[in-house]
Amino acid sequence: MTSFARRLRTLAVAFALGLGAAIFAAPAITSTALAQGAPASPAAAQEELLFRYLQTQPQGRHGELVGRVSIPDPKAATLIQPHGREFQEAWRSTMKWVGAVAILGMLAVITLFYLVRGRIRIAAGPSGRYIQRFDGVERFAHWLTASTFIVLAITGLNISFGRHVLLPLIGPEAFTAWSEWAKVAHNFLGFPFTLGVVLILLLWVHRNLPDSTDLEWLAKGGGLVGHAHPPAKKFNAGQKIVFWTTVLGGAAIAVTGFIKMFPFQFIATDVYGMQLATQIHGIVGFVMIALILAHIYIGTLGMEGAFSAMGSGKVDLNWAKEHHSLWVDEVMNPTRKASLPAGAKGAGAD
Amino acid sequence: MARMKFLCDADRCIECNACVTACKNEHEVPWGINRRRVVTINDGKPGERSISMACMHCTDAPCAAVCPVDCFYTTADGVVLHSKDLCIGCGYCFYACPFGAPQYPRLGNFGSRGKMDKCTYCAGGPEADNTPAEYAKYGSNRLAEGKLPICAEMCSTKALLAGDGEIIAQIYAERVTTRGYGSGAWGWRTAYKDMVSG
Ligand code: HEM
Ligand code: SF4
Ligand code: SF4
Repeated sequence: MTSFARRLRTLAVAFALGLGAAIFAAPAITSTALAQGAPASPAAAQEELLFRYLQTQPQGRHGELVGRVSIPDPKAATLIQPHGREFQEAWRSTMKWVGAVAILGMLAVITLFYLVRGRIRIAAGPSGRYIQRFDGVERFAHWLTASTFIVLAITGLNISFGRHVLLPLIGPEAFTAWSEWAKVAHNFLGFPFTLGVVLILLLWVHRNLPDSTDLEWLAKGGGLVGHAHPPAKKFNAGQKIVFWTTVLGGAAIAVTGFIKMFPFQFIATDVYGMQLATQIHGIVGFVMIALILAHIYIGTLGMEGAFSAMGSGKVDLNWAKEHHSLWVDEVMNPTRKASLPAGAKGAGAD
Repeated sequence: MARMKFLCDADRCIECNACVTACKNEHEVPWGINRRRVVTINDGKPGERSISMACMHCTDAPCAAVCPVDCFYTTADGVVLHSKDLCIGCGYCFYACPFGAPQYPRLGNFGSRGKMDKCTYCAGGPEADNTPAEYAKYGSNRLAEGKLPICAEMCSTKALLAGDGEIIAQIYAERVTTRGYGSGAWGWRTAYKDMVSG
Protein backbone atom coordinates (compact mmCIF):
# COMPACT_ATOMS: atom_id res chain seq x y z
CA MET A 1 0.00 0.00 0.00
CA THR A 2 1.37 3.38 -0.94
CA SER A 3 1.75 6.01 1.72
CA PHE A 4 -0.78 8.14 -0.15
CA ALA A 5 -3.42 5.46 0.06
CA ARG A 6 -2.63 4.95 3.76
CA ARG A 7 -3.09 8.62 4.39
CA LEU A 8 -6.42 8.58 2.61
CA ARG A 9 -7.56 5.69 4.71
CA THR A 10 -6.60 7.45 7.92
CA LEU A 11 -8.51 10.46 6.70
CA ALA A 12 -11.56 8.41 5.93
CA VAL A 13 -11.51 6.77 9.36
CA ALA A 14 -11.06 10.08 11.14
CA PHE A 15 -13.86 11.49 9.07
CA ALA A 16 -16.23 8.64 9.83
CA LEU A 17 -15.46 8.88 13.55
CA GLY A 18 -16.11 12.59 13.54
CA LEU A 19 -19.41 12.18 11.83
CA GLY A 20 -20.41 9.40 14.21
CA ALA A 21 -19.65 11.61 17.18
CA ALA A 22 -21.71 14.40 15.70
CA ILE A 23 -24.70 12.13 15.22
CA PHE A 24 -24.51 10.81 18.76
CA ALA A 25 -24.13 14.26 20.19
CA ALA A 26 -26.91 15.73 18.09
CA PRO A 27 -29.96 15.50 20.33
CA ALA A 28 -28.01 16.50 23.43
CA ILE A 29 -26.37 19.56 21.90
CA THR A 30 -29.53 20.79 20.23
CA SER A 31 -31.52 20.59 23.41
CA THR A 32 -28.91 22.27 25.58
CA ALA A 33 -28.43 25.02 23.03
CA LEU A 34 -32.13 25.65 23.01
CA ALA A 35 -32.39 25.43 26.77
CA GLN A 36 -29.73 28.08 27.27
CA GLY A 37 -31.42 30.42 24.87
CA ALA A 38 -28.22 30.39 22.83
CA PRO A 39 -28.51 30.88 19.06
CA ALA A 40 -31.35 28.55 18.18
CA SER A 41 -29.39 26.92 15.39
CA PRO A 42 -26.24 24.88 15.85
CA ALA A 43 -22.88 26.33 14.92
CA ALA A 44 -21.57 26.11 11.41
CA ALA A 45 -19.05 23.42 12.19
CA GLN A 46 -21.71 20.85 12.89
CA GLU A 47 -23.31 20.11 9.57
CA GLU A 48 -25.05 16.94 10.59
CA LEU A 49 -26.51 18.77 13.54
CA LEU A 50 -27.57 21.63 11.34
CA PHE A 51 -29.26 19.21 8.99
CA ARG A 52 -31.24 17.63 11.79
CA TYR A 53 -32.05 20.97 13.34
CA LEU A 54 -33.37 22.34 10.06
CA GLN A 55 -35.54 19.30 9.60
CA THR A 56 -37.28 20.19 12.85
CA GLN A 57 -38.15 23.68 11.57
CA PRO A 58 -41.81 24.42 10.84
CA GLN A 59 -41.27 24.57 7.07
CA GLY A 60 -39.66 21.13 7.20
CA ARG A 61 -42.81 19.49 8.53
CA HIS A 62 -42.15 16.23 6.72
CA GLY A 63 -38.40 16.24 7.09
CA GLU A 64 -37.76 18.62 4.23
CA LEU A 65 -34.89 21.07 4.26
CA VAL A 66 -36.32 24.43 3.28
CA GLY A 67 -34.36 27.62 2.75
CA ARG A 68 -34.53 30.83 0.78
CA VAL A 69 -34.10 31.04 -2.94
CA SER A 70 -33.97 34.01 -5.29
CA ILE A 71 -36.18 32.27 -7.88
CA PRO A 72 -39.85 33.33 -7.76
CA ASP A 73 -41.01 29.75 -7.27
CA PRO A 74 -41.55 28.77 -3.65
CA LYS A 75 -41.09 25.07 -4.48
CA ALA A 76 -37.48 25.78 -5.48
CA ALA A 77 -36.70 26.77 -1.90
CA THR A 78 -36.94 23.16 -0.77
CA LEU A 79 -33.38 21.93 -0.92
CA ILE A 80 -33.99 18.29 -0.06
CA GLN A 81 -37.20 16.34 0.50
CA PRO A 82 -35.90 12.96 1.68
CA HIS A 83 -39.41 11.46 1.56
CA GLY A 84 -39.11 11.40 -2.21
CA ARG A 85 -37.38 8.08 -1.54
CA GLU A 86 -40.43 6.88 0.40
CA PHE A 87 -42.72 7.90 -2.43
CA GLN A 88 -40.46 6.03 -4.82
CA GLU A 89 -40.85 2.86 -2.76
CA ALA A 90 -44.59 3.35 -2.28
CA TRP A 91 -45.20 3.81 -5.99
CA ARG A 92 -42.78 1.20 -7.19
CA SER A 93 -43.79 -1.49 -4.79
CA THR A 94 -46.66 -0.91 -2.31
CA MET A 95 -49.13 0.51 -4.82
CA LYS A 96 -48.34 -2.10 -7.42
CA TRP A 97 -48.88 -4.90 -4.95
CA VAL A 98 -52.17 -3.49 -3.73
CA GLY A 99 -53.34 -2.98 -7.30
CA ALA A 100 -52.26 -6.37 -8.57
CA VAL A 101 -53.64 -8.30 -5.60
CA ALA A 102 -56.97 -6.42 -5.61
CA ILE A 103 -57.61 -6.72 -9.33
CA LEU A 104 -56.15 -10.14 -10.11
CA GLY A 105 -57.53 -11.48 -6.82
CA MET A 106 -61.01 -10.31 -7.75
CA LEU A 107 -60.74 -11.84 -11.21
CA ALA A 108 -59.72 -15.13 -9.60
CA VAL A 109 -62.64 -15.00 -7.16
CA ILE A 110 -65.09 -14.25 -9.99
CA THR A 111 -63.74 -17.09 -12.12
CA LEU A 112 -63.93 -19.48 -9.20
CA PHE A 113 -67.45 -18.33 -8.41
CA TYR A 114 -68.51 -18.87 -12.01
CA LEU A 115 -67.01 -22.36 -12.07
CA VAL A 116 -68.69 -23.37 -8.82
CA ARG A 117 -72.01 -21.59 -9.09
CA GLY A 118 -72.42 -21.05 -12.81
CA ARG A 119 -74.83 -18.48 -14.15
CA ILE A 120 -77.56 -17.67 -11.66
CA ARG A 121 -80.79 -18.44 -13.49
CA ILE A 122 -84.27 -17.13 -12.84
CA ALA A 123 -85.42 -20.08 -10.72
CA ALA A 124 -89.03 -19.93 -11.90
CA GLY A 125 -87.98 -19.20 -15.46
CA PRO A 126 -88.75 -15.95 -17.29
CA SER A 127 -92.38 -14.95 -16.95
CA GLY A 128 -92.45 -12.89 -20.12
CA ARG A 129 -93.99 -10.03 -18.12
CA TYR A 130 -91.84 -7.00 -17.45
CA ILE A 131 -91.88 -4.26 -14.87
CA GLN A 132 -90.10 -0.94 -15.09
CA ARG A 133 -87.04 -0.79 -12.86
CA PHE A 134 -85.01 2.22 -13.98
CA ASP A 135 -86.24 5.23 -15.94
CA GLY A 136 -84.29 7.11 -18.58
CA VAL A 137 -82.65 9.58 -16.22
CA GLU A 138 -81.46 6.79 -13.95
CA ARG A 139 -80.04 4.84 -16.85
CA PHE A 140 -78.35 7.93 -18.22
CA ALA A 141 -76.67 8.57 -14.86
CA HIS A 142 -75.59 4.94 -14.65
CA TRP A 143 -74.10 4.74 -18.13
CA LEU A 144 -72.48 8.13 -17.92
CA THR A 145 -70.64 6.97 -14.82
CA ALA A 146 -70.01 3.46 -16.10
CA SER A 147 -68.62 4.38 -19.51
CA THR A 148 -66.34 7.09 -18.19
CA PHE A 149 -65.27 4.83 -15.33
CA ILE A 150 -64.15 2.12 -17.73
CA VAL A 151 -62.04 4.51 -19.77
CA LEU A 152 -60.67 6.15 -16.62
CA ALA A 153 -59.81 2.72 -15.21
CA ILE A 154 -57.98 1.58 -18.33
CA THR A 155 -56.09 4.85 -18.79
CA GLY A 156 -55.33 5.03 -15.05
CA LEU A 157 -54.03 1.46 -14.98
CA ASN A 158 -51.89 2.42 -17.94
CA ILE A 159 -50.12 4.95 -15.71
CA SER A 160 -49.56 2.38 -12.95
CA PHE A 161 -48.85 -0.78 -14.91
CA GLY A 162 -48.42 0.18 -18.56
CA ARG A 163 -44.64 0.35 -18.41
CA HIS A 164 -44.51 -3.24 -17.20
CA VAL A 165 -47.32 -4.73 -19.25
CA LEU A 166 -47.79 -2.76 -22.45
CA LEU A 167 -44.45 -1.03 -23.04
CA PRO A 168 -42.49 -4.25 -23.61
CA LEU A 169 -45.13 -5.35 -26.12
CA ILE A 170 -45.48 -2.26 -28.30
CA GLY A 171 -42.17 -0.46 -27.78
CA PRO A 172 -41.41 2.97 -26.29
CA GLU A 173 -42.57 5.24 -29.16
CA ALA A 174 -45.97 3.61 -29.55
CA PHE A 175 -46.38 3.41 -25.80
CA THR A 176 -45.70 7.13 -25.36
CA ALA A 177 -48.09 8.03 -28.21
CA TRP A 178 -50.85 5.94 -26.64
CA SER A 179 -50.07 7.22 -23.15
CA GLU A 180 -50.39 10.84 -24.28
CA TRP A 181 -53.87 10.12 -25.59
CA ALA A 182 -54.70 8.10 -22.52
CA LYS A 183 -53.64 11.02 -20.36
CA VAL A 184 -55.82 13.49 -22.24
CA ALA A 185 -58.77 11.12 -22.02
CA HIS A 186 -58.18 10.53 -18.33
CA ASN A 187 -58.01 14.24 -17.62
CA PHE A 188 -61.13 15.25 -19.53
CA LEU A 189 -63.33 12.30 -18.62
CA GLY A 190 -62.82 13.14 -14.96
CA PHE A 191 -65.49 15.84 -15.34
CA PRO A 192 -68.37 13.71 -16.74
CA PHE A 193 -67.45 10.95 -14.30
CA THR A 194 -67.81 13.34 -11.39
CA LEU A 195 -71.15 14.52 -12.76
CA GLY A 196 -72.32 10.91 -13.04
CA VAL A 197 -71.41 10.18 -9.44
CA VAL A 198 -73.28 13.28 -8.26
CA LEU A 199 -76.38 12.23 -10.24
CA ILE A 200 -76.20 8.71 -8.84
CA LEU A 201 -76.01 10.12 -5.35
CA LEU A 202 -79.02 12.39 -5.85
CA LEU A 203 -81.16 9.77 -7.59
CA TRP A 204 -80.55 6.80 -5.37
CA VAL A 205 -79.36 7.86 -1.95
CA HIS A 206 -82.82 7.53 -0.33
CA ARG A 207 -82.99 3.91 -1.53
CA ASN A 208 -79.55 3.05 -0.23
CA LEU A 209 -79.79 3.91 3.44
CA PRO A 210 -78.96 0.77 5.43
CA ASP A 211 -81.89 -0.90 7.19
CA SER A 212 -82.83 -4.18 8.88
CA THR A 213 -83.49 -6.08 5.64
CA ASP A 214 -79.81 -5.66 4.82
CA LEU A 215 -78.78 -7.64 7.90
CA GLU A 216 -80.95 -10.57 6.91
CA TRP A 217 -79.76 -10.37 3.33
CA LEU A 218 -76.12 -10.39 4.43
CA ALA A 219 -76.73 -13.16 6.98
CA LYS A 220 -78.11 -15.35 4.20
CA GLY A 221 -75.13 -14.59 2.03
CA GLY A 222 -77.33 -12.62 -0.37
CA GLY A 223 -78.29 -15.77 -2.18
CA LEU A 224 -74.82 -15.86 -3.68
CA VAL A 225 -73.71 -18.39 -1.12
CA GLY A 226 -76.42 -21.03 -1.06
CA HIS A 227 -79.62 -20.73 -3.05
CA ALA A 228 -81.81 -18.73 -0.69
CA HIS A 229 -83.55 -15.62 -1.96
CA PRO A 230 -83.51 -13.29 1.03
CA PRO A 231 -86.04 -10.46 0.71
CA ALA A 232 -84.75 -7.15 -0.56
CA LYS A 233 -86.14 -3.76 -1.46
CA LYS A 234 -85.18 -1.96 -4.65
CA PHE A 235 -81.51 -2.31 -3.72
CA ASN A 236 -80.18 -5.23 -1.70
CA ALA A 237 -77.27 -4.92 0.73
CA GLY A 238 -74.74 -5.92 -1.93
CA GLN A 239 -75.98 -3.19 -4.23
CA LYS A 240 -75.89 -0.73 -1.37
CA ILE A 241 -72.24 -1.58 -0.84
CA VAL A 242 -71.59 -0.89 -4.52
CA PHE A 243 -73.55 2.37 -4.22
CA TRP A 244 -71.59 3.64 -1.24
CA THR A 245 -68.27 2.55 -2.68
CA THR A 246 -69.10 4.43 -5.87
CA VAL A 247 -70.23 7.56 -4.06
CA LEU A 248 -67.59 7.71 -1.33
CA GLY A 249 -64.78 6.21 -3.41
CA GLY A 250 -65.85 8.37 -6.33
CA ALA A 251 -65.67 11.47 -4.13
CA ALA A 252 -62.20 10.54 -2.88
CA ILE A 253 -60.99 9.76 -6.36
CA ALA A 254 -62.47 12.96 -7.80
CA VAL A 255 -60.91 15.18 -5.14
CA THR A 256 -57.48 13.55 -5.42
CA GLY A 257 -57.84 13.43 -9.21
CA PHE A 258 -58.48 17.15 -9.48
CA ILE A 259 -55.59 17.77 -7.10
CA LYS A 260 -53.40 15.79 -9.50
CA MET A 261 -54.81 17.63 -12.46
CA PHE A 262 -54.18 21.06 -10.93
CA PRO A 263 -51.01 20.33 -8.98
CA PHE A 264 -50.02 22.57 -6.07
CA GLN A 265 -53.16 24.70 -6.62
CA PHE A 266 -55.45 23.63 -3.81
CA ILE A 267 -55.48 21.36 -0.73
CA ALA A 268 -52.15 19.80 -1.68
CA THR A 269 -49.87 22.79 -2.07
CA ASP A 270 -46.56 21.04 -1.52
CA VAL A 271 -44.79 17.98 -2.85
CA TYR A 272 -45.75 15.92 0.18
CA GLY A 273 -49.43 16.62 -0.48
CA MET A 274 -49.03 15.66 -4.13
CA GLN A 275 -47.37 12.40 -3.15
CA LEU A 276 -50.22 11.62 -0.78
CA ALA A 277 -52.87 12.50 -3.37
CA THR A 278 -51.17 10.25 -5.93
CA GLN A 279 -51.11 7.32 -3.54
CA ILE A 280 -54.71 7.75 -2.35
CA HIS A 281 -55.95 8.21 -5.94
CA GLY A 282 -54.21 5.06 -7.09
CA ILE A 283 -55.24 2.83 -4.17
CA VAL A 284 -58.88 3.97 -4.15
CA GLY A 285 -58.87 3.46 -7.91
CA PHE A 286 -57.61 -0.13 -7.58
CA VAL A 287 -60.17 -1.00 -4.90
CA MET A 288 -62.99 0.50 -6.96
CA ILE A 289 -61.89 -1.31 -10.08
CA ALA A 290 -61.87 -4.61 -8.16
CA LEU A 291 -65.36 -4.05 -6.77
CA ILE A 292 -66.77 -2.85 -10.08
CA LEU A 293 -65.43 -5.99 -11.80
CA ALA A 294 -67.67 -8.03 -9.49
CA HIS A 295 -70.53 -5.61 -10.16
CA ILE A 296 -70.09 -5.97 -13.92
CA TYR A 297 -69.96 -9.74 -13.66
CA ILE A 298 -73.16 -10.09 -11.66
CA GLY A 299 -74.94 -7.56 -13.86
CA THR A 300 -74.15 -9.41 -17.08
CA LEU A 301 -72.75 -12.91 -17.37
CA GLY A 302 -73.30 -13.89 -13.76
CA MET A 303 -77.06 -13.51 -13.52
CA GLU A 304 -79.83 -14.17 -15.97
CA GLY A 305 -82.26 -11.27 -16.28
CA ALA A 306 -80.15 -8.65 -14.52
CA PHE A 307 -78.79 -6.71 -17.48
CA SER A 308 -82.10 -5.53 -18.88
CA ALA A 309 -82.61 -3.38 -15.77
CA MET A 310 -79.97 -1.05 -17.10
CA GLY A 311 -80.56 -1.97 -20.75
CA SER A 312 -84.24 -1.46 -21.52
CA GLY A 313 -84.93 -0.35 -17.97
CA LYS A 314 -87.43 -3.20 -17.51
CA VAL A 315 -86.95 -6.51 -15.72
CA ASP A 316 -88.76 -9.81 -15.82
CA LEU A 317 -91.37 -10.09 -13.10
CA ASN A 318 -90.06 -13.44 -11.87
CA TRP A 319 -86.53 -12.09 -11.67
CA ALA A 320 -87.80 -9.14 -9.66
CA LYS A 321 -89.78 -11.39 -7.31
CA GLU A 322 -86.75 -13.56 -6.65
CA HIS A 323 -84.23 -10.80 -6.09
CA HIS A 324 -86.21 -7.78 -4.92
CA SER A 325 -89.39 -9.20 -3.39
CA LEU A 326 -90.13 -6.22 -1.15
CA TRP A 327 -89.68 -3.82 -4.04
CA VAL A 328 -92.13 -5.84 -6.18
CA ASP A 329 -94.68 -5.67 -3.37
CA GLU A 330 -94.15 -1.96 -3.22
CA VAL A 331 -94.61 -1.45 -6.96
CA MET A 332 -97.53 -3.88 -7.35
CA ASN A 333 -99.47 -2.91 -4.23
CA PRO A 334 -101.39 0.27 -4.97
CA THR A 335 -102.16 0.98 -1.30
CA ARG A 336 -98.53 1.79 -0.77
CA LYS A 337 -98.26 3.82 -3.88
CA ALA A 338 -98.11 7.01 -1.85
CA SER A 339 -94.65 6.11 -0.70
CA LEU A 340 -93.39 5.50 -4.23
CA PRO A 341 -90.82 7.88 -5.57
CA ALA A 342 -91.55 9.41 -8.93
CA GLY A 343 -89.13 7.10 -10.75
CA ALA A 344 -90.67 3.77 -9.68
CA LYS A 345 -93.75 3.50 -11.90
CA GLY A 346 -95.88 0.40 -12.02
CA ALA A 347 -95.83 0.67 -15.78
CA GLY A 348 -96.16 -2.60 -17.62
CA ALA A 349 -96.69 -4.51 -14.41
CA ASP A 350 -100.07 -5.93 -15.31
CA MET B 1 -15.90 3.91 -15.84
CA ALA B 2 -16.13 6.76 -13.42
CA ARG B 3 -19.27 7.30 -11.39
CA MET B 4 -20.03 11.00 -11.87
CA LYS B 5 -21.41 12.97 -8.94
CA PHE B 6 -21.94 16.53 -7.74
CA LEU B 7 -20.76 17.74 -4.36
CA CYS B 8 -21.41 21.20 -2.96
CA ASP B 9 -19.08 22.28 -0.18
CA ALA B 10 -21.44 24.50 1.79
CA ASP B 11 -18.57 26.07 3.72
CA ARG B 12 -17.31 27.58 0.49
CA CYS B 13 -20.44 28.50 -1.42
CA ILE B 14 -20.94 32.28 -1.38
CA GLU B 15 -24.30 32.32 -3.20
CA CYS B 16 -22.87 34.16 -6.21
CA ASN B 17 -25.15 32.20 -8.57
CA ALA B 18 -22.42 31.93 -11.21
CA CYS B 19 -23.23 28.23 -11.61
CA VAL B 20 -26.89 29.06 -12.26
CA THR B 21 -26.00 31.68 -14.84
CA ALA B 22 -23.40 29.52 -16.52
CA CYS B 23 -25.89 26.66 -16.82
CA LYS B 24 -28.60 28.89 -18.28
CA ASN B 25 -26.23 30.31 -20.80
CA GLU B 26 -24.51 27.10 -21.79
CA HIS B 27 -27.72 25.28 -22.59
CA GLU B 28 -29.92 28.25 -23.49
CA VAL B 29 -32.35 27.14 -20.84
CA PRO B 30 -35.70 28.89 -21.31
CA TRP B 31 -37.26 31.29 -18.83
CA GLY B 32 -38.89 29.63 -15.88
CA ILE B 33 -36.76 26.51 -16.04
CA ASN B 34 -34.09 26.20 -13.38
CA ARG B 35 -31.79 23.30 -13.92
CA ARG B 36 -29.60 24.55 -11.09
CA ARG B 37 -30.42 26.83 -8.17
CA VAL B 38 -28.75 28.08 -5.03
CA VAL B 39 -30.69 27.66 -1.80
CA THR B 40 -29.71 29.53 1.35
CA ILE B 41 -30.69 27.78 4.54
CA ASN B 42 -30.84 29.37 7.94
CA ASP B 43 -30.85 32.70 6.17
CA GLY B 44 -29.58 35.52 8.37
CA LYS B 45 -28.92 33.26 11.33
CA PRO B 46 -25.73 31.79 12.70
CA GLY B 47 -24.99 28.72 10.66
CA GLU B 48 -26.31 30.27 7.45
CA ARG B 49 -25.31 28.16 4.51
CA SER B 50 -25.77 28.30 0.76
CA ILE B 51 -25.91 25.19 -1.35
CA SER B 52 -25.97 24.92 -5.10
CA MET B 53 -28.37 22.18 -6.11
CA ALA B 54 -29.34 20.50 -9.36
CA CYS B 55 -30.12 16.96 -10.35
CA MET B 56 -27.80 14.78 -8.25
CA HIS B 57 -27.87 11.88 -10.70
CA CYS B 58 -28.98 9.56 -7.95
CA THR B 59 -28.13 5.95 -7.40
CA ASP B 60 -31.34 3.94 -7.93
CA ALA B 61 -32.90 7.19 -9.17
CA PRO B 62 -36.40 7.88 -7.79
CA CYS B 63 -37.44 9.76 -10.94
CA ALA B 64 -36.66 6.74 -13.11
CA ALA B 65 -38.48 4.40 -10.74
CA VAL B 66 -41.77 6.31 -10.94
CA CYS B 67 -41.79 7.41 -14.59
CA PRO B 68 -44.93 5.83 -16.08
CA VAL B 69 -43.37 5.70 -19.54
CA ASP B 70 -39.95 4.57 -18.29
CA CYS B 71 -38.12 7.27 -20.25
CA PHE B 72 -35.00 7.58 -18.04
CA TYR B 73 -31.71 5.85 -18.55
CA THR B 74 -28.41 5.88 -16.72
CA THR B 75 -25.22 6.31 -18.73
CA ALA B 76 -22.07 4.31 -18.14
CA ASP B 77 -20.82 7.33 -16.14
CA GLY B 78 -23.77 7.09 -13.76
CA VAL B 79 -25.46 10.15 -15.25
CA VAL B 80 -29.27 10.02 -15.16
CA LEU B 81 -30.76 11.22 -18.46
CA HIS B 82 -34.19 11.06 -20.05
CA SER B 83 -35.84 11.20 -23.43
CA LYS B 84 -38.03 14.22 -24.12
CA ASP B 85 -39.55 12.37 -27.06
CA LEU B 86 -40.97 9.80 -24.67
CA CYS B 87 -41.87 12.01 -21.68
CA ILE B 88 -45.61 12.67 -21.34
CA GLY B 89 -45.24 15.47 -18.80
CA CYS B 90 -47.10 13.75 -16.01
CA GLY B 91 -45.07 15.36 -13.23
CA TYR B 92 -44.45 12.16 -11.28
CA CYS B 93 -40.67 12.55 -11.38
CA PHE B 94 -41.00 15.90 -9.61
CA TYR B 95 -42.95 14.24 -6.80
CA ALA B 96 -40.31 11.55 -6.37
CA CYS B 97 -37.17 13.63 -6.82
CA PRO B 98 -35.69 14.49 -3.41
CA PHE B 99 -33.96 17.56 -4.87
CA GLY B 100 -36.69 19.29 -6.87
CA ALA B 101 -34.68 18.82 -10.06
CA PRO B 102 -37.32 18.13 -12.74
CA GLN B 103 -38.70 21.31 -14.33
CA TYR B 104 -41.64 21.91 -16.65
CA PRO B 105 -42.29 24.58 -19.26
CA ARG B 106 -45.82 25.16 -17.99
CA LEU B 107 -47.69 24.78 -14.77
CA GLY B 108 -49.89 21.70 -14.72
CA ASN B 109 -52.93 22.99 -16.56
CA PHE B 110 -55.05 19.92 -17.22
CA GLY B 111 -51.89 17.98 -16.59
CA SER B 112 -50.23 19.38 -19.70
CA ARG B 113 -46.98 20.59 -18.29
CA GLY B 114 -44.95 19.99 -21.40
CA LYS B 115 -41.82 17.89 -21.58
CA MET B 116 -39.79 17.62 -18.42
CA ASP B 117 -36.41 19.33 -18.40
CA LYS B 118 -33.59 18.86 -15.94
CA CYS B 119 -29.85 19.02 -15.47
CA THR B 120 -28.12 16.62 -17.84
CA TYR B 121 -24.72 16.82 -16.16
CA CYS B 122 -23.83 18.58 -19.42
CA ALA B 123 -24.24 15.21 -21.10
CA GLY B 124 -27.07 15.85 -23.56
CA GLY B 125 -29.68 13.23 -24.29
CA PRO B 126 -30.39 10.15 -26.36
CA GLU B 127 -29.74 11.87 -29.71
CA ALA B 128 -26.33 11.58 -31.35
CA ASP B 129 -23.70 13.57 -29.44
CA ASN B 130 -23.51 17.30 -30.13
CA THR B 131 -26.05 17.37 -32.93
CA PRO B 132 -28.39 20.35 -33.33
CA ALA B 133 -31.31 18.07 -32.39
CA GLU B 134 -29.61 17.14 -29.14
CA TYR B 135 -28.73 20.75 -28.41
CA ALA B 136 -32.27 21.99 -29.00
CA LYS B 137 -33.76 19.53 -26.53
CA TYR B 138 -31.08 19.07 -23.90
CA GLY B 139 -28.37 21.68 -24.40
CA SER B 140 -24.73 21.07 -25.02
CA ASN B 141 -22.94 17.80 -24.44
CA ARG B 142 -19.67 18.72 -22.76
CA LEU B 143 -19.10 15.26 -21.37
CA ALA B 144 -18.86 13.88 -24.90
CA GLU B 145 -16.11 16.46 -25.52
CA GLY B 146 -14.24 15.29 -22.46
CA LYS B 147 -15.22 18.32 -20.35
CA LEU B 148 -16.91 18.43 -16.99
CA PRO B 149 -20.18 20.29 -16.25
CA ILE B 150 -19.91 24.04 -16.79
CA CYS B 151 -21.39 24.94 -13.39
CA ALA B 152 -18.57 23.32 -11.46
CA GLU B 153 -15.95 24.57 -13.89
CA MET B 154 -17.21 28.12 -13.36
CA CYS B 155 -17.36 27.99 -9.57
CA SER B 156 -15.03 30.70 -8.31
CA THR B 157 -14.61 29.26 -4.82
CA LYS B 158 -14.57 25.67 -6.04
CA ALA B 159 -17.44 24.95 -3.70
CA LEU B 160 -19.24 23.02 -6.39
CA LEU B 161 -17.33 19.91 -7.39
CA ALA B 162 -18.20 17.66 -10.30
CA GLY B 163 -16.43 14.55 -11.45
CA ASP B 164 -15.72 11.01 -10.41
CA GLY B 165 -17.51 10.52 -7.10
CA GLU B 166 -14.52 8.95 -5.38
CA ILE B 167 -12.17 11.71 -6.36
CA ILE B 168 -14.43 14.59 -5.36
CA ALA B 169 -15.18 12.83 -2.07
CA GLN B 170 -11.44 12.64 -1.44
CA ILE B 171 -10.96 16.31 -2.21
CA TYR B 172 -13.76 17.17 0.12
CA ALA B 173 -12.52 14.87 2.88
CA GLU B 174 -9.10 16.49 2.68
CA ARG B 175 -10.65 19.94 2.97
CA VAL B 176 -12.62 18.87 6.00
CA THR B 177 -9.54 17.51 7.72
CA THR B 178 -7.49 20.57 6.88
CA ARG B 179 -9.96 23.12 8.14
CA GLY B 180 -11.27 20.92 10.94
CA TYR B 181 -14.99 21.05 10.18
CA GLY B 182 -17.65 20.39 7.62
CA SER B 183 -19.28 17.01 7.48
CA GLY B 184 -21.98 17.95 5.07
CA ALA B 185 -21.86 16.78 1.52
CA TRP B 186 -25.44 17.93 1.28
CA GLY B 187 -27.77 15.40 -0.22
CA TRP B 188 -25.29 12.58 -0.57
CA ARG B 189 -27.05 10.27 1.81
CA THR B 190 -30.36 10.67 0.01
CA ALA B 191 -28.89 10.69 -3.49
CA TYR B 192 -26.16 8.07 -3.28
CA LYS B 193 -27.11 6.26 -0.06
CA ASP B 194 -23.58 7.12 0.89
CA MET B 195 -22.15 8.54 4.10
CA VAL B 196 -19.56 11.09 2.95
CA SER B 197 -22.65 13.02 3.61
CA GLY B 198 -24.82 15.12 5.84
C1 HEM C 1 -62.64 12.94 -11.19
C2 HEM C 1 -62.10 12.03 -11.79
C3 HEM C 1 -60.63 11.83 -12.01
C4 HEM C 1 -59.61 12.74 -12.21
C5 HEM C 1 -59.70 14.25 -12.26
C6 HEM C 1 -58.38 11.98 -12.35
C7 HEM C 1 -57.13 12.52 -12.57
C8 HEM C 1 -55.97 11.79 -12.62
C9 HEM C 1 -54.67 12.33 -12.91
C10 HEM C 1 -54.38 13.80 -13.20
C11 HEM C 1 -53.78 11.32 -12.85
C12 HEM C 1 -52.27 11.45 -13.04
C13 HEM C 1 -51.80 10.89 -14.32
C14 HEM C 1 -51.96 11.85 -15.45
O1 HEM C 1 -51.55 13.02 -15.35
O2 HEM C 1 -52.50 11.41 -16.49
C15 HEM C 1 -54.50 10.12 -12.53
C16 HEM C 1 -53.94 8.87 -12.38
C17 HEM C 1 -54.65 7.72 -12.12
N1 HEM C 1 -56.04 7.61 -12.08
FE1 HEM C 1 -57.36 9.14 -12.16
N2 HEM C 1 -58.68 10.65 -12.23
C18 HEM C 1 -60.04 10.52 -12.04
C19 HEM C 1 -60.78 9.36 -11.91
C20 HEM C 1 -60.22 8.11 -11.86
C21 HEM C 1 -60.97 6.89 -11.74
C22 HEM C 1 -62.46 6.78 -11.67
C23 HEM C 1 -60.06 5.88 -11.68
C24 HEM C 1 -60.25 4.39 -11.54
C25 HEM C 1 -61.13 3.73 -11.98
C26 HEM C 1 -58.75 6.46 -11.76
C27 HEM C 1 -57.59 5.75 -11.73
C28 HEM C 1 -56.35 6.29 -11.81
C29 HEM C 1 -55.14 5.53 -11.68
C30 HEM C 1 -55.04 4.04 -11.38
C31 HEM C 1 -54.08 6.43 -11.87
C32 HEM C 1 -52.60 6.10 -11.79
C33 HEM C 1 -52.20 6.18 -10.37
C34 HEM C 1 -50.74 5.85 -10.17
O3 HEM C 1 -50.34 4.72 -10.42
O4 HEM C 1 -50.02 6.74 -9.73
N3 HEM C 1 -58.88 7.82 -11.88
N4 HEM C 1 -55.84 10.43 -12.41
S1 SF4 D 1 -31.86 14.33 -8.42
FE1 SF4 D 1 -34.00 14.00 -8.98
S2 SF4 D 1 -34.04 14.06 -11.19
FE2 SF4 D 1 -31.88 13.79 -10.59
S3 SF4 D 1 -31.55 11.56 -10.60
FE3 SF4 D 1 -32.14 12.10 -8.50
S4 SF4 D 1 -34.37 11.83 -8.51
FE4 SF4 D 1 -33.76 11.91 -10.65
S1 SF4 E 1 -42.83 14.05 -16.39
FE1 SF4 E 1 -41.95 12.88 -18.07
S2 SF4 E 1 -40.00 12.14 -17.29
FE2 SF4 E 1 -41.19 12.80 -15.53
S3 SF4 E 1 -42.19 10.92 -14.81
FE3 SF4 E 1 -43.63 11.94 -16.21
S4 SF4 E 1 -43.23 11.04 -18.21
FE4 SF4 E 1 -41.48 10.52 -16.91
